[in-house]
Amino acid sequence: MSFVEIAAGIISKNSLVMSFAIVAITMFVGYRLSGLLGERRFGSALAIVIGLVLALIAGKYTGGSKGIADIKILSGFGVLGGAMFRDYAIISTAFGANIEELKKAGVAGIVSLFVGVIFSFIVGAAFALAFGFKSAVDVTTIGAGAVTFIVGPVTGGALGASSAVVALSIAAGVVKSVLCMIITPLVAPYIGLNNPQSAMVFGGLLGTTSGVAGGLAATDPKLVPYGAMTATFYTGLGCLLAPSVLFMIVRAILGS
Amino acid sequence: MEIYGLGIIAACMFVGVFVGSIFAKLLGVSGDVGGVGIAMLLLVLVSNYIKLDEKTQNGIKLISNLYIPIIVAMAATQDVVKALSGGAVAFLAGGVATVASFFLVPLLSRIGKGEKISQGREM
Repeated sequence: MSFVEIAAGIISKNSLVMSFAIVAITMFVGYRLSGLLGERRFGSALAIVIGLVLALIAGKYTGGSKGIADIKILSGFGVLGGAMFRDYAIISTAFGANIEELKKAGVAGIVSLFVGVIFSFIVGAAFALAFGFKSAVDVTTIGAGAVTFIVGPVTGGALGASSAVVALSIAAGVVKSVLCMIITPLVAPYIGLNNPQSAMVFGGLLGTTSGVAGGLAATDPKLVPYGAMTATFYTGLGCLLAPSVLFMIVRAILGS
Repeated sequence: MEIYGLGIIAACMFVGVFVGSIFAKLLGVSGDVGGVGIAMLLLVLVSNYIKLDEKTQNGIKLISNLYIPIIVAMAATQDVVKALSGGAVAFLAGGVATVASFFLVPLLSRIGKGEKISQGREM
């Protein structure tokens, strides 16, 4: 037995611990790079981008859908980066959030949720039409995918869309989530994303939980709880509206 | 004790997701509706109205400080290949919806805005 095999065996057995180590290195590299660029605040943004690049490389290499968690010795990433820890950590960020700030943005937050879901749906549906999709089911499913990558398949499932269309809707949602993580810190200064109120509106408009959480974390961690709070209602609202009201409207317009 | 803090977050999470799941059932949707958001509201209430000792607070802060590393791990487990390979429809539908939504942020932020924006909150 070679040293490599022994090491691989130990790491596989303790893959969650391994994921702590790799994430620590990623954070270190991210902050070092941002220090070299003279923009220390981009440290977490760079770490997130490095994470995405690792996921891309791993996805090409393994052909799987779970990024580097598909590599056996790194399977602990599936736990550390999975929905359970993500939600647990997002909830913890609410500690210390100010009730008055929440109340101030309450109405704007709710309005932004409806505007966000309907607006993304319309954009997605319009591109589906532009690319030659004609049935109301297909157009609705792709539109729902532009809402989030959960709303797309839920809607497609409810309406009986083909698996190719469902896959497209998931891809649209994943594009949204990934782009949101990358672009948010870059555009934040230009859209006034620097206070709890606008963060709540942002969460309601973009809605992709991982995209909003990642984007805000890279912009200003203090804003995370406000954006995440509205964003968590977005997917639910999308799952509610897309297969029902929005589908009926699309069907009425397309007549099929 | 620090573990009390972790337990408080856990309690908020279970209550929130449970309530969110009941909402979803009532609405006829799968999964849960706003479960994490409800859990966050509960934790906000706890932190604003209940005096927690310092060690308990440290437990909560530990998890909240691990938040960005967890997001990095999450980023590393995304299906980036699929996002890039979905073709033009997926890329345009998702991409334009995202970019255009950004432009709505300043517009909607004006709703119900007070005269001045307070900032610099302690986390």
